[in-house]
Amino acid sequence: MHFEYLIEGGNFSKAGTASSLFKKVLKQLNVDPILIKRTVVALYEAEVNIVAHAYNGVIKIDLDTERIYINLTDEGPGIPDIELAMQKGYSTASPEVREMGFGAGMGLPNIQSNADNLRIRSEVGKGTTVEIEFFLKN
Amino acid sequence: MKVSELVEKLGLKVFSGKEGLDREIEGGYTSDLLSDVMGHADAGQLWITLQTHKNVMAIASLKDLSAIILVKDFEPETDCIAQSEEEGIAILGTNEEAFEISGKIYNLLNQ
Repeated sequence: MHFEYLIEGGNFSKAGTASSLFKKVLKQLNVDPILIKRTVVALYEAEVNIVAHAYNGVIKIDLDTERIYINLTDEGPGIPDIELAMQKGYSTASPEVREMGFGAGMGLPNIQSNADNLRIRSEVGKGTTVEIEFFLKN
Repeated sequence: MKVSELVEKLGLKVFSGKEGLDREIEGGYTSDLLSDVMGHADAGQLWITLQTHKNVMAIASLKDLSAIILVKDFEPETDCIAQSEEEGIAILGTNEEAFEISGKIYNLLNQ
């Protein structure tokens, strides 16, 4: 099964909508509740990253009996130093975004601790692609 | 303990999401950082915070939290109230600070 969600950069009133829609799909398909929780945390954080940092983005999800594969590709400023961005507590979020309680430098670590695989590629001035993978069977 | 019992025992204000007063409380989490709650709160917990915007409800729904308590007389924003009604998750309020209300709830849940 294939799902696609368009994400608008800067629009916090819609942040989490894609995650919420995909959570409903996983529930309807009776996916293991623990896997749903892990997927939702990682997907939400990645979705919010697009809203907080990029101009726009697309989330593409492929789901079969083996795995959940999530590809989030955005047009945005990109990440100059991915290793630094992965560090807990590091954030480049604006003061406005931080006031809302986002931008504490916990998003990417949250994705990493929940996903089976995480891959980030980025080109400064163009955008970022985040790939997140979960396996349905151990 | 049900959310409605806690409302009664602590005299909490109910802003919205009355449908959610029937939810069972499995514990609590006190934080104003959204990714902290996203990463560490568990299903069924109450969330004690001063954040009042709509994204709070998105997290409460994604994490299946039992209710949100806004501290220090903070009030939820209009679109946050609307989503609370839609999701059936209550937004409650108190004039107390996070430390005080968290302590009271901790004691009530561990009696």
